[in-house]
Amino acid sequence: MAYDKFNIIIDSAVPMPVENVDTDQIIPARFLKATERKGFGDNLFRDWRYDSENKLIENFPLNDPKYNGKILVGGKNFGSGSSREHAVWAVYDYGFRVVVSSFFADIFKNNCLNIGVLPVTVSESFSLEIFEAIKKNPTTKLEINLPNQTITLLETGKSEAFQINSYKKENLLNGFDDVDYLLNMKEEIIAFSK
Amino acid sequence: MNTIFDKIWDAHIVRKIQVGPDVLFIDQHLIHEVTSPVAFLNMKQRGNKVLFPDRTIATPDHNVPTIHQDQPIQDVESRMQVEKLRENCKIHNIELHDLGSAHHGIVHVIGPELGITQPGKTIVCGDSHTSTHGAFGAVAFGIGTSEVEMVLSTQCIMQTKPKTMRITVNGSLKPYVTAKDLILYIISKVSTSGGTGYFVEFSGQAVKELSMEGRMTVCNMSIEMGARGGLIAPDETTFSYLKDKERTPKGENWHQALMEWKNLPSDENAVFDKEYVFDATDIEPMITFGTNPGMGIKINEVIPTEDNPSFIKSLKYMGVVSGAPIEGIPVDFVFIGSCTNGRIEDLRAVAEFVKGKKKNDKVTTWIVPGSKEVEKMAHEEGLVAILEQAGFELRQPGCSACLAMNDDKIPNGKLSVSTSNRNFEGRQGPGAKTMLASPITAISAAINGYITDPRTLEK
Ligand code: SF4
Repeated sequence: MAYDKFNIIIDSAVPMPVENVDTDQIIPARFLKATERKGFGDNLFRDWRYDSENKLIENFPLNDPKYNGKILVGGKNFGSGSSREHAVWAVYDYGFRVVVSSFFADIFKNNCLNIGVLPVTVSESFSLEIFEAIKKNPTTKLEINLPNQTITLLETGKSEAFQINSYKKENLLNGFDDVDYLLNMKEEIIAFSK
Repeated sequence: MNTIFDKIWDAHIVRKIQVGPDVLFIDQHLIHEVTSPVAFLNMKQRGNKVLFPDRTIATPDHNVPTIHQDQPIQDVESRMQVEKLRENCKIHNIELHDLGSAHHGIVHVIGPELGITQPGKTIVCGDSHTSTHGAFGAVAFGIGTSEVEMVLSTQCIMQTKPKTMRITVNGSLKPYVTAKDLILYIISKVSTSGGTGYFVEFSGQAVKELSMEGRMTVCNMSIEMGARGGLIAPDETTFSYLKDKERTPKGENWHQALMEWKNLPSDENAVFDKEYVFDATDIEPMITFGTNPGMGIKINEVIPTEDNPSFIKSLKYMGVVSGAPIEGIPVDFVFIGSCTNGRIEDLRAVAEFVKGKKKNDKVTTWIVPGSKEVEKMAHEEGLVAILEQAGFELRQPGCSACLAMNDDKIPNGKLSVSTSNRNFEGRQGPGAKTMLASPITAISAAINGYITDPRTLEK
């Protein structure tokens, strides 16, 4: 469904330097009971944010007031596991528009692109540089430039290009989604099915 | 010179977008209560109808209780989701296999049982373990809710074609080494991200020798190595499983279908983007010790050492120590079930194994059939009687403790040996620790009360 158009985002980032973050951590199964897309942001990383007595775990990055911004920087193999789009809804509804990682799980990445979250794949060394920069200065800014397909650490000017197919890029820039595209080719689909 | 994957995928492309995804036609769509409601809601908002209602079937499985299924669901939210599914199926004329009906069950168990899962088809479901259906030589994979909406309203999705990988397992599996051990072994070698971007074909003698149930177990977990899906070329095993199933073609149409299916296997000189070759005789009963399915070892090995922080965090969560043996670790819960190992063959193997043995009182064991049909067969074949004699009981069908959305939750801090497919932190309940294994290895733990190599119990 409709989401905010994407263009250039300049913001600070929240670091999550853990590998193999799976979708069960991003949104635990017990929060998948909704029949509407509402309130998922509150339960993003629920069991890493709160302990078993529901107390805030203070040093978890999302709870740490020094980290802010629309950009989430994750470790390698981010989003593995279940196909639940709820995981990406949680990421979006919490307020993130970009997830950066050196490696994404397939379905997660696909789900991101379908709802207007930009997955940015960077080299492993650049990912380490970003973590390092945030560690030194939590308010350090990143620029995510979709039209140019670049991600830049503004403090150092260090930049890297990222890949995205041109169809998906157009969609994000315009806030379109695949359903719109497919509905326009309904006749062709019906003919194909015969 | 095509792979089976290429043949099926290419035959379903409605339109190719330059520097973009393919518009792929989906033959069969499966839905359940958790990932479909928002798709229906979005459709309603856009004013769309289901384009081909007879290409979708539905069943409530993720959320449902596994006892007292004849009574209303206690948990309000779960009940609402199941009711929403009923309502949506009614509005849109979608075939529903509801709780208690003859073909109710886990969506990936009932598809094959009904004969809906067939070679050459494209099959999707808002559930990553849709890869299970690949066992029949179908291109089957999990999708997100946005895509569920696409399939409902247009019977198509838009995806870039994955690369192809072949995993060949030569030789035969040793006694007490099962399909589950085979796939846990492969994932431990390839890693949980090693298959990312690929669609995997499993082949070789050990794979050929597997039953359909075993093949489903293998393809089911192909997603756990990050692959988009996994498949196995159809052969006589496939055809004899499908023959006379409710929804398979009959008479002349059956022969026609057979002819088509026999053309599907990868051409002899087909080229794969990546290949792995393993030797079946190197595989032993496997078990996981960490918090992703790639962290598996042979049951008689010690827990490995790595100085990577994510690895250390994982061991800490599990409460296990590098260098220590995994055998002998006390177990609190055993779960036998799920779309990985909740089929009739799994229950047969378990029943055969527990004959003359007794359940350990300290271990809570849930044995959950994958479907109503499995439940019925287990009764008819006398498996339930054998299980009961050993102190075990059979629950009612559903996903159950595989993802613990219903009441079947492993309590905080408790250790479970599970035949399901994911050992992520909290997967079976907040704070629960999960070790993945085959049904025989799991039931061995339920008998001894600690992690046990099934081969030592049999002697
Ligand atoms: S049994 Fe587990 S893996 Fe299979 S469909 Fe249900 S929740 Fe998913």
